[in-house]
Amino acid sequence: MIAFWVLAPIMVVAALGILFVRKAVHAALLLAVVMVSLAVLYLALEAPFLFAVQIIVYTGAILMLFLFVLMLVGVDASDSLVETIRGQRVLAALGGLVLGLVLVIGVAQMSLGAVTGLEVANQDGNIEGLANILFSRYVFAFEVTSALLITAAMGAMVLAHRERLTPKPTQATIAADKVKAYAERGQHLGPLPPPGVFARHNAVDTPALLPDGTPAEVSVSRVLAARGVVRQPPRDVEEHERQQREQQLERGDER
Amino acid sequence: MTEYIVLSAILFTIGAVGVLTRRNALVVFMCVELMLNACNLALVTFAKQHGNLDGQIAAFFVMVVAAAEVVVGLAIIMTIFRTRRSASVDDASLLKY
Amino acid sequence: MLSLSEEIPLVEPTGADGAFSLLWLVIALPLAGAAILLIGGALFPQALKVWGHVLGTLLPIGSFVISLVLFVQLMGREEGDRQVVQHLYDFIQVGDLDVGMDLLYDPLTSLFLLLITGVGSLIHVYSIGYMEHDERRPRFFGYLNLFVAAMLLLVMSENYLGLFIGWEGVGLASYLLIGFWQHKHSAAAAAKKAFVINRVGDMGLSTAIMLAFVTFGSTSFTVISASAGAAEQHVMTAFGLLLLLGACGKSAQVPLQAWLLDAMEGPTPVSALIHAATMVTAGVYLIVRSNFIFELTDTAQTVVVIVATVTLLWGAIIGCAKDDIKKALAGSTMSQIGYMMLGAGLGTAGYAFAIFHLLTHGFFKANMFLGAGSVMHGMNDDVDMRHYGALRKMLPVTFFTFAIGYLAIIGVPPFSGFWSKDKIIETALVENPVVGICALLGAGITGFYMTRLMLMTFFTKERWEKGVHPHESPKLMTIPLMVLAALSALGGFLLAGDWIVGWLEPVVGHAEHHEPPLPVIVITLITIGVVAIGVAAAFVLVGQREVPREAPQDVSFATRAARADLYGDAINDGLVVGPSRQLTSGLVTFDRSVVDGLFSGGATVVAGVGILLRRVQNGFVRSYAVSILAGVLLVVLALLAVNLA
Repeated sequence: MIAFWVLAPIMVVAALGILFVRKAVHAALLLAVVMVSLAVLYLALEAPFLFAVQIIVYTGAILMLFLFVLMLVGVDASDSLVETIRGQRVLAALGGLVLGLVLVIGVAQMSLGAVTGLEVANQDGNIEGLANILFSRYVFAFEVTSALLITAAMGAMVLAHRERLTPKPTQATIAADKVKAYAERGQHLGPLPPPGVFARHNAVDTPALLPDGTPAEVSVSRVLAARGVVRQPPRDVEEHERQQREQQLERGDER
Repeated sequence: MTEYIVLSAILFTIGAVGVLTRRNALVVFMCVELMLNACNLALVTFAKQHGNLDGQIAAFFVMVVAAAEVVVGLAIIMTIFRTRRSASVDDASLLKY
Repeated sequence: MLSLSEEIPLVEPTGADGAFSLLWLVIALPLAGAAILLIGGALFPQALKVWGHVLGTLLPIGSFVISLVLFVQLMGREEGDRQVVQHLYDFIQVGDLDVGMDLLYDPLTSLFLLLITGVGSLIHVYSIGYMEHDERRPRFFGYLNLFVAAMLLLVMSENYLGLFIGWEGVGLASYLLIGFWQHKHSAAAAAKKAFVINRVGDMGLSTAIMLAFVTFGSTSFTVISASAGAAEQHVMTAFGLLLLLGACGKSAQVPLQAWLLDAMEGPTPVSALIHAATMVTAGVYLIVRSNFIFELTDTAQTVVVIVATVTLLWGAIIGCAKDDIKKALAGSTMSQIGYMMLGAGLGTAGYAFAIFHLLTHGFFKANMFLGAGSVMHGMNDDVDMRHYGALRKMLPVTFFTFAIGYLAIIGVPPFSGFWSKDKIIETALVENPVVGICALLGAGITGFYMTRLMLMTFFTKERWEKGVHPHESPKLMTIPLMVLAALSALGGFLLAGDWIVGWLEPVVGHAEHHEPPLPVIVITLITIGVVAIGVAAAFVLVGQREVPREAPQDVSFATRAARADLYGDAINDGLVVGPSRQLTSGLVTFDRSVVDGLFSGGATVVAGVGILLRRVQNGFVRSYAVSILAGVLLVVLALLAVNLA
């Protein structure tokens, strides 16, 4: 019970966090908290197999899949929290409140009686017990599940597949396009400058410095620019040098 | 064991409200997963309460189905994002009166 | 009128054997002719043009020969043994309803068979000449054969249902033949009118048949005549009145008389066969055949007499004013059928005379209609008597035969009409002096209008249209006229020694002889005197004056009324057609406004609600999710409520 009382508040807070955080990545991480906590609760409920499956399948596979997709979609995409559908939030809150109250009150009203416990069922081990039932009583459902999984895999492939509608560009065409772009718009012919080059930092969020000392914006990822985390190298460098000078001065004072 | 059920109900409700309020399709999906997990908790709790493993089996099946659902659902979200450049569920609202 | 001493004879036929097994052939021959001529018209039209009319004529003649043989056979039998029934097949067998296709052959039927096939065959022969230049002559003969077959079924059926089939069959044939020249609007309209008015009467007959089935559990004459005495009085009255309604429709009796005059739009042989000699007398047959019903209900008999008396005067008055020769004859037909109905309404004493008059009328009226057709043939199909005059020299055969018919109808001894009409008047005087005097008056009017017709057509001065060259008709047309003229002249012999009364006794029963209030010879002389007055009046009013070529308009009210068929159409329009139209338009308005309004109003409400409700479909998944949540809440709350309750 200690585990429950420790984990339950954490789970509720984390779940509520999912409702209110702006960034999807944060929501995913909060969900991971809930799921791992849930796994622990499974252990407390004498379900060691589900404990493992919860961590491996849910937290490990499903949640990672979420994160993959988030990366593809763009981690910078954060929700606006302004509601666009009139009355939606009020209705949702009201509905949720009533549902929660009804469920909680309803559940609290009943007394479940003495707990039977799984000592008998688990006496040969939880996994053996589950396997016994799964491959006897639920074997048909189990087989059907395999069909479901195959169908899902097929569906995902079909949905994710993108048909190539234009011929694949070759090196020659790419080169021709680049020269053409240069001729028409004066676009730089060579590769983009890597970040950090000619600067005093080699971090990817610091743009390279051009020969005249101005930062080259094209040298950092657009994603970083969109997230507004690009650092300003000259200013940062000057700041750094100033700090170093001050430290040296302090050290010198100490001496 | 009531407290487990109550926790399950609370998590379910939070998930439901999340589905109703969040607009990012991925977050909505996460809330759906939260609701599924809440159900699983209830199932596992009842398994212990009644002393048989059927509840755990059911939770197991829910996980399998959830996995399949996530695969397809995420693929759909991907496809929509690819064509509409948006992951908001409100943007896909052409099918109306 | 019913007295216990008079027994109503039962219909107790014996099975058909020997020559009587040929009974079905009488109907089958013309029916086959109709089938070949009507269906074959599409298959081999050219061949039918050549021999179609020959086939169509030979088959009724064949029927006539068989009828004659059967008649002789029947005469050879004992008086109590003269009812034969032939069971052809089971027609309807459903639950308690068991109707067989049975043919009944008894003295009454035998006379009808001879009349229908005999006069029918003569008219067929006549039609060969009359319709010679008509493109659709094979079809005409097909319709005629269909009519003959249906009419034979009508008089031969052993039950009311079979009779009804024949009844409708002759109605159909009548409709088709009146509208044979359907390119004429008036012919098409007349056919429709005849059909519709006949339906009113048929409704009465069909209701009577249903009543018979409910009351007696059968429609067979045998069964009904055996159990009619046990039925309740008011049922029998209703039965009789319904039958009378049917008879009125078919026989053009008041109040369903309006169609007969318009029916003259059909070819003249049709008018002769259907609308003078046979079909229109089916009503009389129906009443005489149903004598076992009418004998049991005084009320119905009285109504028959009233209807008959009104009609005989009504038709006679119309006949006086018509300038169209066929319409004048049609008015006369109506009047003469009134006489027959009168005879039939007088009960046992009159049945035989009704049938007798029916036969003689069949002869002389067919004769005169065919004569009229012959005149029209010679006058380029002009029917207006004001354009005739002095035709006796141009059409000698027609004139001669027509004259015999004329003498027969006005009742000059010894021509047939004298014997038959005189007997009816005499019987009427015995039964009811008022009715008798009306009948006497009718005889006088008959003398007037027939003399007028005769004078305007064959005497007085020529008033022909320009370019008309009257000529005698070909032999094919004049020979039937001569035969019919002979029958008209000699038909009275049927009454010799009261033969026809005795012959029909097994069917209609034996009548006690009542002494008339005056000696018979006095009544006869009075009748002849009244007719003479009518004839003299016609001579004075028509023969001694110039007949104008155009009908004068400044005439008395009576003439105007008679020209307008005594306002029969106006009465129908006022009493039935107008109110029906009003009712219909009212119902249409009701339907358009209230019923449609209810539906379209309901639809508008539903559509409005739909327009409001569709706003719910806003395309936002999350809004739909809210409604799902609401549904979940409802279910949870309901479960809780059920569990806590």
